[in-house]
Amino acid sequence: MEKILDTKYTYTEKKDTRSGFGDGFLEVGKKNKNVVGLCADLIGSLKMGAFQKEFPDRFFQVGISEANMMGLAAGLTIGGKIPYTGTFANFSTGRVYDQIRQSIAYSEKNVKICASHAGLTLGEDGATHQILEDVGMMKMLPNMTVINPCDYNQTKAATIAIADHEGPVYLRFGRPKWPIFTPADQPFEIGKAWKMIEGTDVTIFATGHLVWEAVVAEAILREEGISVELINIHTIKPLDTAAVLASVAKTGCAVTAEEHQFNGGLGDIIAQTLVRNQPVPQEFIGVDDSFGESGKPEELLEKYGLNAENIVKAAKKAIARK
Amino acid sequence: MEKHSTEQLNAVCSQVRRDILRMVHACQSGHPGASLGCTEFFVALYFDQMKHDSSFNPDGKGEDLFFLSNGHISPVWYSVLSRSGYFDTEELKTFRKINSRLQGHPATEEGLPGIRVASGSLGQGLSVAIGAALAKKINGDDRLVYALMGDGEQQEGQIWEAAMCAPHHKVDNLIASIDVNGQQIDGPTKEIMNLLDLKAKWEAFGWEVIVTENGNEITQVIKSLEKAKSLLGNGKPVLNLLHTDMGYGVDFMVGTHKWHGVAPNDEQLENALGQLEETLGDY
Ligand SMILES: Cc1ncc(C[n+]2csc(CCOP(=O)(O)OP(=O)(O)O)c2C)c(N)n1
Ligand SMILES: [Mg+2]
Repeated sequence: MEKILDTKYTYTEKKDTRSGFGDGFLEVGKKNKNVVGLCADLIGSLKMGAFQKEFPDRFFQVGISEANMMGLAAGLTIGGKIPYTGTFANFSTGRVYDQIRQSIAYSEKNVKICASHAGLTLGEDGATHQILEDVGMMKMLPNMTVINPCDYNQTKAATIAIADHEGPVYLRFGRPKWPIFTPADQPFEIGKAWKMIEGTDVTIFATGHLVWEAVVAEAILREEGISVELINIHTIKPLDTAAVLASVAKTGCAVTAEEHQFNGGLGDIIAQTLVRNQPVPQEFIGVDDSFGESGKPEELLEKYGLNAENIVKAAKKAIARK
Repeated sequence: MEKHSTEQLNAVCSQVRRDILRMVHACQSGHPGASLGCTEFFVALYFDQMKHDSSFNPDGKGEDLFFLSNGHISPVWYSVLSRSGYFDTEELKTFRKINSRLQGHPATEEGLPGIRVASGSLGQGLSVAIGAALAKKINGDDRLVYALMGDGEQQEGQIWEAAMCAPHHKVDNLIASIDVNGQQIDGPTKEIMNLLDLKAKWEAFGWEVIVTENGNEITQVIKSLEKAKSLLGNGKPVLNLLHTDMGYGVDFMVGTHKWHGVAPNDEQLENALGQLEETLGDY
């Protein structure tokens, strides 16, 4: 029998973060009549159906034409609309990079690029769909805000909050049912890191689904007498530099955890921040320059070294390097 | 290659449909709908039409080549590849499971025999097929290139870039087919993004267009592909509008988008297998 861990955050229910998006999208649609939706033949997968039903005149099914969708979204902003585009993360970024770059980011258009099925936890569809480079591509673009919430509640809150932010946003979420461990009524402040657990020996900076893995890792490390500070980086860009530096000033080492390539991800931007200001040892949890593959989400997180166990090892290594 | 009788080809189709259903059931994911719908087409290609070598040479010199652009219908391709000798049918068990060569969408990285380029992100396969057809011309290789696309997939802009390009470069060693099943993920193509007159569109782009009225009848599929071949060599590529029924062969799956990407449960599998004779032995 597996030992029950005394995690600082717990859950009673699991739900997919894409449902958090879908529910948040309906709610923000009710609050703000300028919000409009577009989807490229994935309304069911993106959970955009409730909004479509409620606001048929503010929703456009564009078929399987993602490049076209990005252009339409840019155009809709010119009439004062706040378009939310919906497709899988791969087809929201790599597929349409130049369309986003020119018509949205460079042109400073108020488009919310909402991307589901990001990362390895997409599972069985395999590497063609499992994008692990999207955060890098999006955060390289000037003017782009990049957000990767951790559970259903945070995704819902983020979906609502981005409508009030003027400018292009990349909102990344996923497919699998995942623990809901953050509060339903949380405020969501773009660009403000959330210190979830205070500690003194090592800081774990985690984003997206891996925040839960980091919560589990903290409990394991605490049992071994290691004090972990856990910071939830839901906004990867702009990074909350002050929060990052304040934490490592105390702990003296860092672990970054994300469902993404090392190249271009959260680890990269944290490393840049540390090197420029206050170099300390840093260990990376992420995918090491390879494509993903088909499999169950948990199996893939294990095979590619992204689960709590790996975070525990990385934390010990970072501490040893101090 | 010895010619198979219609009865033999239909027997293969029945077994391939069993394989498709058992594969998606085992991993509870994947795309049975258009896999079932395109079974006759794949069997016609690999068991009747194409000159191909199951010992598999990636560059395919001296062979006919096939490219699957709508990569989500990998189950039918994997089944047909294994049933025609590319790899052991036992390996179908590993479909979509971790450490498998049978990825959710076709991939080359794990080295599965029969696959020459990854697909899954829609809209890209026809361009690759045109490139391969051009390479054959440069090499003086007179074998043909085949490609399959989905009808929903026609909504991707890249398809039309490719459509314009092939006649311009006189790629007349290419037969591209579209699986016209009238369905895509969110519903009927007419409601999602109406394709209107595909025949007129492809003709306007400079292709010879033929229509296969019933792509679930193997003799018709073969007749169409024969006709397509007879039209080649005259400076134009051929486009085959292959009308199929999504989910064909299983009464409760047929003709709806609902089974585009949903796996049957235990009961549904049993019901479905009861409708399809085991002809070559289940893996
Ligand atoms: C570029 C891209 N966008 C979206 C998808 C998701 N997707 C997979 S299959 C599909 C529908 C394809 O429709 P169709 O070509 O008619 O195939 P069928 O449903 O008939 O199998 C979609 C939207 C994808 N795989 N690639
Ligand atoms: Mg279709």
